[in-house]
Amino acid sequence: MNKIEKDLLLAVADLHQVPQGAYNLRENGKPVERHSSQNIEITPKLDKSGIDITIKPNTQNESVHIPVIITESGVKDLVYNDFYVGENSDVLIVAGCGIHNAGDSASQHDGIHAFHIGKNAKVRYVEKHIGVGQKGDKVLNPVTQVYMEEGSYMLMETTQLGGVSSSVRRTEGELKDNAKLVIKEKILTSDSQTAKTEFDVKLSGKNSSCEVISRSVTRDNSFQEFVSKLIGQNECFGHVECDGILLDNSRIISTPEIVAESTQATLIHEAAIGKIAGDQIIKLMTLGLTEKEAEDMIIQGFLS
Amino acid sequence: MLKLDNVCYAVDENGKQKYILKNINLEIGDNETIVITGHNGSGKSTLMKIIMGIIPVTSGKIYFDGVNITDMTITDRAKLGIAYSFQTPVRFKGLKVKDLLTTAQKTNSKLMEVCNYLSKVGLCARNYIDRPLDDSLSGGELKRIEIATTLARGARFNMFDEPEAGIDLWSFDGLISAFSESLEKNKCTNIIISHQEKILGIADKIVVMDSSKITMLGTREEIMPSIKSSRVCSKLKGDMYE
Repeated sequence: MNKIEKDLLLAVADLHQVPQGAYNLRENGKPVERHSSQNIEITPKLDKSGIDITIKPNTQNESVHIPVIITESGVKDLVYNDFYVGENSDVLIVAGCGIHNAGDSASQHDGIHAFHIGKNAKVRYVEKHIGVGQKGDKVLNPVTQVYMEEGSYMLMETTQLGGVSSSVRRTEGELKDNAKLVIKEKILTSDSQTAKTEFDVKLSGKNSSCEVISRSVTRDNSFQEFVSKLIGQNECFGHVECDGILLDNSRIISTPEIVAESTQATLIHEAAIGKIAGDQIIKLMTLGLTEKEAEDMIIQGFLS
Repeated sequence: MLKLDNVCYAVDENGKQKYILKNINLEIGDNETIVITGHNGSGKSTLMKIIMGIIPVTSGKIYFDGVNITDMTITDRAKLGIAYSFQTPVRFKGLKVKDLLTTAQKTNSKLMEVCNYLSKVGLCARNYIDRPLDDSLSGGELKRIEIATTLARGARFNMFDEPEAGIDLWSFDGLISAFSESLEKNKCTNIIISHQEKILGIADKIVVMDSSKITMLGTREEIMPSIKSSRVCSKLKGDMYE
């Protein structure tokens, strides 16, 4: 593995080497390395590109890493990954894609991930996206579908902190009784990048709940759009919080849609978008930081 | 140490100049504690903001250690050793208490030392150091953290804008000893805007402001009797003795 590949792998999956446990590495549209563990089996799909990840019931404290890296220009990769998480298991799943594009043509990765989370299972899903290289576009369009059985829990942490020319991220969810989905999203765009995020979550089960916390920072001429739709069909709780910091000539649009189909549903959408508050910058300047240093510290904290 | 030479600050109000500060002349020496008092709207906070560089003067000059700092940025004034504790502390989404305290410290000293400043203002460091500086903190907690941040700077010239606001009376004495201690340890000058007699009691000098001007200036012994009998400060007197 060369330095570019190693750096990308470190950035998207925090990996210095091949990890313990189940692992699948995909590079430039092709599977490169794969191994299953005793409780987690990874098998390639026969009808299309992608893998099935099957986690046995009661699997505790194990992890699956499925990073994707693209180092060639002009690669267009579409992949379907399906996760079957067994009942009562507690696992960490790390995905993510890094594109290093030194050429002129666009490189693109569209990952369609479906999660079937068994009863009382717990999943932490971490997904990082990064783009490197000056010229060609780096395009990422992830789709995440989450089907949550009774009492299951999923924490989804998605991060896209720079370099991605264009992304459309779509997350769909359906939650049964007592299921809980927490989504934490952080996106930073600069130059003329665009990023769109769509959430569509159906709270069907009694006492199901969904919390979406989105933090956006836009610089230069970049543009971000945030669309969230929460449907409450039962006694349930949904909370969407979208905070955005705008700099330079950038734009952010936040569109809330909360649909209560039950009188027992409690749904909240909060959105606050604006430039960095002047008094925050002034406070940090009185501590000896320059205006630029103050701005960086505020953004870094905001996205931490 | 600090000299204000005929400082004015005016804003435009319906085409007319309205003075918020008018012809302020003030000299503050090394290792002094000055308490500024006076009615709301008399210009006290504006005076501090002018010294910190947050508001530009309309006319007049500001000297710090003999250097003209009138056109200097906030950052440069901070680096010279001027510190300012806001009347209304700022909340930050994403930053933690320790981020602010470590930024305030000039040197990269140990977290233990940072914690000391929280203890000085009556907060248990262990419970607060990792707390976010957001709406989860009460006004009083935030105010104490603001004061701790200013103390952590170890600056030579500190300004505190109504440090007692939001601080419960139970911990008031602790706050006063924190000021006295910083004065002894750092050999610094403290300017405090306050309406509290206990804080006036630690002043070497008292400045009384009214309607954009300094109306009285002198040692505590000189000024206190006038404050107590002055009509200008009748409200203040009421506050103090109610």
